[in-house]
Order: sequence, then C-alpha cells, then structure tokens
Amino acid sequence: MIRKSWWKVLSVVFLLFTFTAGFLIKVPHIGNLYGSIRNFFFHVPMWFGMMVLFIVSVIYAIKFLRNPSIDADIYSREYAKTGIVFGVLGLITGAIWANYTWGEAWSNDPKQLLAAIALLIYAAYFILRNSIPDVDKRAKIGAVYNVFACAMLFPTLWIIPRMVESLHPGGQGVEGNPGMGGGKDLDPAMRMVFWPAVVGWTLLGVWITTLRIRLEQFKEKQSVNG
Amino acid sequence: MNSIKSIITLFKKDVLLEVRQQYSFYGVLLYVSSTIFVLYLAMGRPEDDVWNGLFWMIQLFVCVNAVAKSFLQENKGRMLYFYSIAGPRDFILSKLLFNALLMLVMSIMSLFLFVFLMGNPLKQPLQFIGLATLGGVSLSVVFTFLAAIAAKAQQQAALMAILGFPIIIPQLLLLMKIATIAFSSVIQAGLGQMVLLLLGLDAMVVVLSIILFPFLWKD
Repeated sequence: MIRKSWWKVLSVVFLLFTFTAGFLIKVPHIGNLYGSIRNFFFHVPMWFGMMVLFIVSVIYAIKFLRNPSIDADIYSREYAKTGIVFGVLGLITGAIWANYTWGEAWSNDPKQLLAAIALLIYAAYFILRNSIPDVDKRAKIGAVYNVFACAMLFPTLWIIPRMVESLHPGGQGVEGNPGMGGGKDLDPAMRMVFWPAVVGWTLLGVWITTLRIRLEQFKEKQSVNG
Repeated sequence: MNSIKSIITLFKKDVLLEVRQQYSFYGVLLYVSSTIFVLYLAMGRPEDDVWNGLFWMIQLFVCVNAVAKSFLQENKGRMLYFYSIAGPRDFILSKLLFNALLMLVMSIMSLFLFVFLMGNPLKQPLQFIGLATLGGVSLSVVFTFLAAIAAKAQQQAALMAILGFPIIIPQLLLLMKIATIAFSSVIQAGLGQMVLLLLGLDAMVVVLSIILFPFLWKD
C-alpha cells in the first residue's frame, strides 16, 4: 500500500485545499483571535503529525526489539527525525500565533515549555545513538530508549499540561480541548477544513519519511557493497 | 520463588558492598552537604518557593550522582557472572530496590541538612517528609533505568544527564507542585490525584524497565 501513489495525491489535494479554503472561508471572530484563528489549520496538524510519526517510530522500535533488522532500525530512526521536524514547526507556528494573541512569542507558558521538553527528549535519542560507535548496539539501545521516550511523552504532552494554568486552550481554568479548540464547539466550516488539513499534513510527513528511508537504505546498500 | 530469592541475594550483595566499602554513601553525603553549604553561603535563608525549588534541584543532582555508580561498578566480567546465575529481571529489580533505598536515605539526609542550614519554612513537615521520600524513590527508578542505558553506551555521567534531565522534568514539575502544600496550612484540592499520577508514573517506569532491560542485558 505504501508503494502506491494515491495517498500522495490525496496529501497534495488536501494541502492545496487547506491553503486555499483555509485562507478563504469565513471564520468566527472569537475574543482576541480575529483572523489569526486560521493558524489553527497549520499549528494543530503539526502536533497531530508529530504524534503519528513518533508512534510509528516506536512501533518500528518494538518491531526491531522483537526481530532485529536494519530496515526496522532505519524506519524507526527516520520517523523520529521527521517527527522532530514537525514538532519544531509546531512550536514555531505556535510562537507566531502567540506573538499576536498573547502579546509575546515565548511567554514560558507551560504548554510551550513542555512541548519544547518533549522535543528535547527526542533530541536526546539522537545524541544517544551518535554516542555509540557500534552499529548493532546503537540500533538496539536506540530502540530501547525510543520505547522509553515514547512512554514518557504521554505525561509530558497529554497529562501534565492539563493540570497547570496556561493561556493555551485545554489547561486549568481554560476551557476546551488543546487539540480541537473547544472540541465539539469547533465551527462547522472550520471543521470542514481542519480534518483534511490534519490528514494532508500527516500524509506529507509520511511521504517525506519514505523518501528519507529510501535514501538511507540506498546508503546502507552502498556501504555494504563497497 | 526462585527469582525472589535471587533478587534478595543480589540486593543483599549491593547493600553489603555498600556497608563494606562505604564509598558511594559517604561520597554522596559529602556531595550533598557541601552543595547545601555552598547554597547557604550564596543564598542565606531563602523564601518558601525558592527553598522548594532548590531542594528538588539538589535532589535531582544527588540522584544522578548516587545512581550513576550503580552500573559503573559492574565490570564486564562480573556482568557475565550475574548473567550465568540470575535473570535480567531479577538483576534490574534488585538494582531498582537498592537505588530506591539509597535515595530514600539520601532524601531524608538532605532534607535534614536543608532544614538545618537554610531554615525551616515547612508548615506541614510530615507531609513534606513523605513527599521527599516518594520523590527520592521516583527519581531513583527513572535514573536507574537511564544508568543501565548509559552504561551500555559506555559514557556514564555526561550521557545520563543528557538523557535524564528532559525525561525527569514532568516528574519534577509534579513533585514541586505537590510540595507547595507543605508550605501552607490550607489543604489544596486535587492533591490525591497528583500523588496518584506520580505513583502511576513510577509504576510505569518500573514496568518498562522490567520489560526493556532484558534487551540491554545481552551483548
């Protein structure tokens, strides 16, 4: 299925839709958000994409631990890499948004801090990998840490941020779900754009990763042959 | 039954080594007391929230230092010997137990030193003692597993800090938040939930170490 091209077409179509409809539809004016609410189609899908990519990465890490193979290691590593890129983009889009609504790009809000920490956890994954010269050992220890990091990601991103006071939706004293901007209350017109945007961005992440995987597999083959 | 027996034996061995050599205990004790002394010289008697923040930061550094040694002292030959007499799960459980005990003692000691040197802002000391022990154990379980990973990568101390500090932040944040109750005489709402969450996190880390350590064990 991954070799077929329909999902790549779907990704492009959904992203084109996001970039056109996302900027053209009528959006509700809520509080001090005004037009900046359109960032919702770009900021939130980044985190959806990051979570999906990290979970795929951990699935391949478990696969590697059950049955070690070079491919599983490459898959696990590359999905984590694209996940970090999405996370960084999520932070940047969030900072731009915060600049106009909270008055400051980085206000040490708990949500911002914990998102940055989650990325540090994964940055440590790559530092750990690079510190081990032996290839087999690197893959194995990397996979073990990947599983551990993914488990620690849930309290960092899903539980603790909801228990502390924050300007971001979905904290103590602020209503709504951090991912859906108010859950069921999401404007129907926005919902029509939001879900295609999530799917489109996530598929784009997977697409980028499959290209990286092919490149890495090619490099691996070259180093084995010559 | 057999595995409980070997866990106890391995645990006893660690305790016995500690009692005979008294290396890490006094080493860490000296580390704690000199750090707190320096802190006292620098800060005098700080305010409540500064006191709380400093206490947990010291706990973090003590834990890194105390736990890092646990896998460093086992050289390759000895690991091979353990491999032949016990399972990986028994081994990691005995290490978790020993480090939890070590951190328990260290937390109480550093709390005592903190109160002695930096003043006592605690309005509910009993709760804080309970929390300090719970916090010590929580930190020790996470760092025991990270020490096992770092030992395999052969770069102990530096790597442990790099791996550990981002991962420990959620737990540390939770601990500091719970700890604020000890500074006021009013009971905060949602406290039980947070303590339960902390216990749940510890349980998750222990279970993960038991599942994942066998993969680190073999070379």
